[in-house]
Amino acid sequence: MTPIQYLRCLRGVVGREALRFLHQRERFIAALVRPLVWLFIFAAGFRSVLGVSIIPPYETYVLYEVYITPGLVGMIQLFNGMQSSLSMVYDREMGNMRTLMVSPMPRWYLLTCKLLAGVSVSILQVYVFLIIAWFWEVEPPPIGYLTVLPALILSGLMLGALGLLLSSFIKQLENFAGVMNFVIFPMFFASSALYPLWRIKESNLLLYQICAANPFTHAVELIRFAIHGQVNLEALLVVVACTLVFMGLAIYGYDPARGLIARRGGPAG
Amino acid sequence: MRPGRGRCPRETERVRKAAVIAPKTGEQAGVAALSVEKLSHDFGKRRALDEVSITIQPGDFTVLLGQNGAGKTTFFSLVTRLYNNRSGSIRVFGEELRERPSWALARIGVVFQQRTLDLDLTVTQNLHYHAALHGMARRVASERIEQELARLELSERAEEKVRQLSGGQLRRVEIARALLHKPRLLLLDEPTVGLDIGSRQGILDHMRRLVAEQQLGLLWATHLIDEVVPGNRVIVLHEGRVLASGGVDEVVSQAGATDIRDAFNKLTGGKGPAGAKSP
Repeated sequence: MTPIQYLRCLRGVVGREALRFLHQRERFIAALVRPLVWLFIFAAGFRSVLGVSIIPPYETYVLYEVYITPGLVGMIQLFNGMQSSLSMVYDREMGNMRTLMVSPMPRWYLLTCKLLAGVSVSILQVYVFLIIAWFWEVEPPPIGYLTVLPALILSGLMLGALGLLLSSFIKQLENFAGVMNFVIFPMFFASSALYPLWRIKESNLLLYQICAANPFTHAVELIRFAIHGQVNLEALLVVVACTLVFMGLAIYGYDPARGLIARRGGPAG
Repeated sequence: MRPGRGRCPRETERVRKAAVIAPKTGEQAGVAALSVEKLSHDFGKRRALDEVSITIQPGDFTVLLGQNGAGKTTFFSLVTRLYNNRSGSIRVFGEELRERPSWALARIGVVFQQRTLDLDLTVTQNLHYHAALHGMARRVASERIEQELARLELSERAEEKVRQLSGGQLRRVEIARALLHKPRLLLLDEPTVGLDIGSRQGILDHMRRLVAEQQLGLLWATHLIDEVVPGNRVIVLHEGRVLASGGVDEVVSQAGATDIRDAFNKLTGGKGPAGAKSP
């Protein structure tokens, strides 16, 4: 296969994901409504209850809405990563996945294309959210809209890779409800998305340690710093490392030689 | 032809790449389109395939006949490398599938038992997606899509969403898709399940014509015995084992039967597939 053929494949997979997304307007709206409800209602209610002291990257006191915006951006990407995972399970059950798997491209490359397609869609959603948030007094420096892009790509890759990994372990679509309860909610709430880690540390040290170890916390902090034109090196390293680990395991899960698909039950016929 | 024998490395690489783009050029004359030897596969403790050996020559219309659960879909999953075989060998035009999966998959066209089209996309969008997965240029893909849809009398449906098509039309789109990259080996897993008699016959006729015209190797898995006609090669698969194989007459005589229905019933212990009950 030549590089141009690899690119055509990537374009095809991303194009299909974009078309599917455009055809499912309700999915787009749902993906936006969720964080907006948090921003408009939850944040408005809690801004007077939860005080946020001056912590990096903020140089002054900030509105609670400003604080939770990176967390809500992370939420969009977290749900999107899991949505891709859901679509992988759905595709596998419905048979669409087989179209992908019989491509002559290497399996790792096909999974990477699928991952990049999901990340592209999530970034589109994030920017629409950030534009709406701007009208809600969440006004990061203009350069922040640009500097956040690499962070969004990285965090999107990490959460998408986690979704891919989960999809390789989930046998049936019904099991996906478990992912909501055991992955999405714990990851989101046990993170720095809604409250700074120092506040959690004050109330419960164990919970603080769990939050500090949560990869989602690092994705949120990476986005938080990037949107203010700064780099959080620790978060960057953790996100990159987690992406590599999750992706490696997902490729293992889908590997035709060693993967789980061949072992856990046969098709009829 | 094994690309590049006796050539300089750069030339070898160039020819290898060209072979992937144009699969027709990569095959040795006289080599089996598909050669499977002693292929076994287990799901946990259950043996799904037990030392299956099958050969399909270019120009062969081979029917893999077996009841539901015989192991046909497992066989297809292994030959299309959904997962690797852990024992036995699968060769596509002489090349081991495990060693050269890209080379082999570029030469295989598949229609799976499950519907694998995206219902929310149009026929053309689905076909372009497949073409992209094979690394085809958009212009080439558009030409081939036009040709295949015309050949399968689907041109007027090209811009319709797949959801709006009938079962027979869906299957024809899947066949068009399988042919898009000009494969030399076609694998069809129960392609006529759920179709009316007219659609079934139309698809069968089309595939027989295609095999004769293009000398494709074709494997047609089915549990419908009336899809076997004289001139086909038949492989009877039952509980993961090949019970008989050869021309229709050979299989009938191997079983000491009067016709292929009777042969199937005798070989499988009387539990005939759909349409196989003795009159």
